[in-house]
Amino acid sequence: MAVLGASFVRHAKDEPMKTAAALAALLAAPALAQEKPVLTVLTYDSLLSEWGPGPVIEQAFEADCACDLRLVAAGDGAALLAQLRLEGEGTEADVVLGLDSNLVAAARASGLFAPHAGTAPLDLPVAWSDDTFVPFDWGWFALVGRADGPAPTDFRALAASDASLVIQDPRSSTPGLGLVLWLHAAYGAEAPAIWEALSDNIVTVTPGWTEAYNLFLEGEADLVLSYTTSPAYHLLAENDATIRALPFAEGHYLQVEVAAKVASTDQPDLADRFLAALLTEPVQSAIPTTNWMYPAVTPATGLPEGFESLRPATTLYLPPEEAEAARAPAVEAWRTALSR
Amino acid sequence: MAPRPLPMALRRAGQGTRARTGPPRRPGTLAALLVAALCLGPLVPLLLRSGEGGLGAADAAALRFTLLQAALSAGLSVALAIPVARALARRRFPGRGALITLLGAPFLLPVLVAVMGLLALFGRNGLLNAALAALGLPPVSIYGLHGVVLAHLFLNLPLATRLLLQGWLDVPAERFRLAAALNAPVWALIERPMLARTVPGAFATIFALCLTSFSVALILGGGPAATTLELAIYQAIRFEADFPTAARLALLQYALCGAAALLALRLAPGAMGQGGPGRAVQRWDAKGRAADALWIALAALFLLLPLGLAGWRGLAGLPDLPPEAGPAALRSLGVALAASALTLLLALALALHGGRLAQLAGALPLAASSLVLGTGLLLILRPLTTPATLALPVTALLDALAALPFALRSLAPAIAEIESRHGRLADSLNLTGPSRLRRLTLPLARPALGFAGGLAAALSVGNLGVIALFAGEDQTTLPLLMARLMGAYRMDAAAGVGLLIAAMALLLFWILDRMGRADAAP
Repeated sequence: MAVLGASFVRHAKDEPMKTAAALAALLAAPALAQEKPVLTVLTYDSLLSEWGPGPVIEQAFEADCACDLRLVAAGDGAALLAQLRLEGEGTEADVVLGLDSNLVAAARASGLFAPHAGTAPLDLPVAWSDDTFVPFDWGWFALVGRADGPAPTDFRALAASDASLVIQDPRSSTPGLGLVLWLHAAYGAEAPAIWEALSDNIVTVTPGWTEAYNLFLEGEADLVLSYTTSPAYHLLAENDATIRALPFAEGHYLQVEVAAKVASTDQPDLADRFLAALLTEPVQSAIPTTNWMYPAVTPATGLPEGFESLRPATTLYLPPEEAEAARAPAVEAWRTALSR
Repeated sequence: MAPRPLPMALRRAGQGTRARTGPPRRPGTLAALLVAALCLGPLVPLLLRSGEGGLGAADAAALRFTLLQAALSAGLSVALAIPVARALARRRFPGRGALITLLGAPFLLPVLVAVMGLLALFGRNGLLNAALAALGLPPVSIYGLHGVVLAHLFLNLPLATRLLLQGWLDVPAERFRLAAALNAPVWALIERPMLARTVPGAFATIFALCLTSFSVALILGGGPAATTLELAIYQAIRFEADFPTAARLALLQYALCGAAALLALRLAPGAMGQGGPGRAVQRWDAKGRAADALWIALAALFLLLPLGLAGWRGLAGLPDLPPEAGPAALRSLGVALAASALTLLLALALALHGGRLAQLAGALPLAASSLVLGTGLLLILRPLTTPATLALPVTALLDALAALPFALRSLAPAIAEIESRHGRLADSLNLTGPSRLRRLTLPLARPALGFAGGLAAALSVGNLGVIALFAGEDQTTLPLLMARLMGAYRMDAAAGVGLLIAAMALLLFWILDRMGRADAAP
């Protein structure tokens, strides 16, 4: 991302000289002077969707940072890491928001992230101590379908059925990666065979969660890979009780979403303040009904209706190092099974 | 301002002094070297970075899928083009000329707009599934191999039809008359041998085009089972930042496209030429009238329905145009104009050179797909700067290269004609260098320059390729914006952007082509 583009994006909103500004950007004119410092946060698409937590985060942080928070969407969570590795030290990003526990080890090994300045006490269902990656929410993956649609109770039953399914690519999407590790954790060496059996159920593989969920909502498939908490969105925001998460007998894989400071940032202090702000009450209390995930710090008001009942009986989870060891072979097995 | 034909006396006067000057050749040598460096240079980092590892099972599957879809697309396009071309060749009906002109349109039509039209027809909420639902039948899905082949069929059936139609029109009319007089079988004696000569070239041309399919597979592919090599290169870089795998895939793709381009050039010289076959072949065998009408109607429906739907949905989607569309349109326009100018510069230099070296350089981009070159350039540039900062210049550069073979094919004959008619005179007048260009070449080559420039600009505006590899959020062009909107299933907004792209492509072509024709008459 060029700083030129950045200034253009902002000015195009409130100045009538759109054309001139765009031409200036095209001709690579020097960057316009910034009055306030800018903190660029690279994040995934759905965080910035109409109903996502983007505006809440922006409001909460800009209230007292005397800065301009620039949230930039760049695909789904796993693609964020690829983008940062692609851009290397030249990246404009100061913070990456939206990697997850399964990518933490790879992200650390890239050397592109710097330690944080400490976190508030966390309410996670797993032990977490990490000097670099700050959890901001968490949840369990689940297959989501309609009340009048097919409802298999485990992956074998799903594979044997003719229910159609949309999933995400594990190379670009954290839910996609979560599903691959879910099957790995549940079935181990048998996972490739399960994938092969599932391959005729999978209508399409999308790069990110947003695309897959939209396809599901448009009726392209019976089921979509999402979260146990997704039905809460339809219930609370749309008063629609027909969307449900399928409880699976194998248990449900847990995802912890994290943010981290980019090592090459020119705003290290602002980045630390941003990471701290993520765990404050205004953001954390908005997480359940905007990002539709469990907050990393349970707000004083508690969780909204339905969140407690959506907890699965069995949790599957690979800590970062184990997830990293399993990731490459599991993804390759997925690609191989689905490319037949 | 074109020079008037000169008096005969002057022409004769020129004949004695055979000039050693001729048109300027040095810019052509430079252009050829530049094109060669751009097309072959990226091989170096690809070879250096490809490392030891081989291809995984899924990469091999991408290779198989690439070959399979290209073979199916080319085979079906040519097979269906045979009855359509035959019907067009032997029937005269109102609107025939318009239909043949329309067959040239998909070459300029942005691929994503075509895909949008096909989704409106065959997609989950498309007309076909609505009809199936009304009949109580289960819906069909457009994702996967059949969707990719369907889109390629839509894009290439017109090209195949034009190529084969040319074959029919190249048969001397006397042969049909003779066959009729002798009551001999036209199919066995004339048509089958003609097809045996033309079909391999048409197949090879379309096969080569489909090998580099990126946007179609991106939108309609749907998973590892339907991934082309181009898409796999993109995924290796944008999903995994896995440069060695991307380099290996790119080398494989380079070899594949190189072989296919060689084959296509050998089997179908000048297959991509323009030229409108206007006349219908006069025929004496009146059989098959109904079948011909059916083929023409089906082909027209298959082409017009998706186009109409894309246009209709585009109009409906205009109010949903996202705010990013304005800046994206400006970027696309800038890239297209830059690409067009660069294409013209290179094509003109190569055409003036006219030698073996220039021909070779003009064909080289056919072997080098934009994602392959993009990967190589990315590997070179990445240590120096952030890829996004160079996204637009690199896109313009590679778009210019991609259009070069087509531009050269329209410009080279025009320049050769000018030189053969006026070259000696110019030599005798010692008209060399820039002044020869200004007074002789440019004015007379203007129509060809306008056509080639329009073609390059239109192709660039609609092209989604290397920009997807390099761009950050702030370098989004119209095709990239449209692909993202389609991916996010914001179809109304995507259709609006698609209409904008198609309108820009056609307008750019029309304006530049017209600028070439205006007062070009001698």
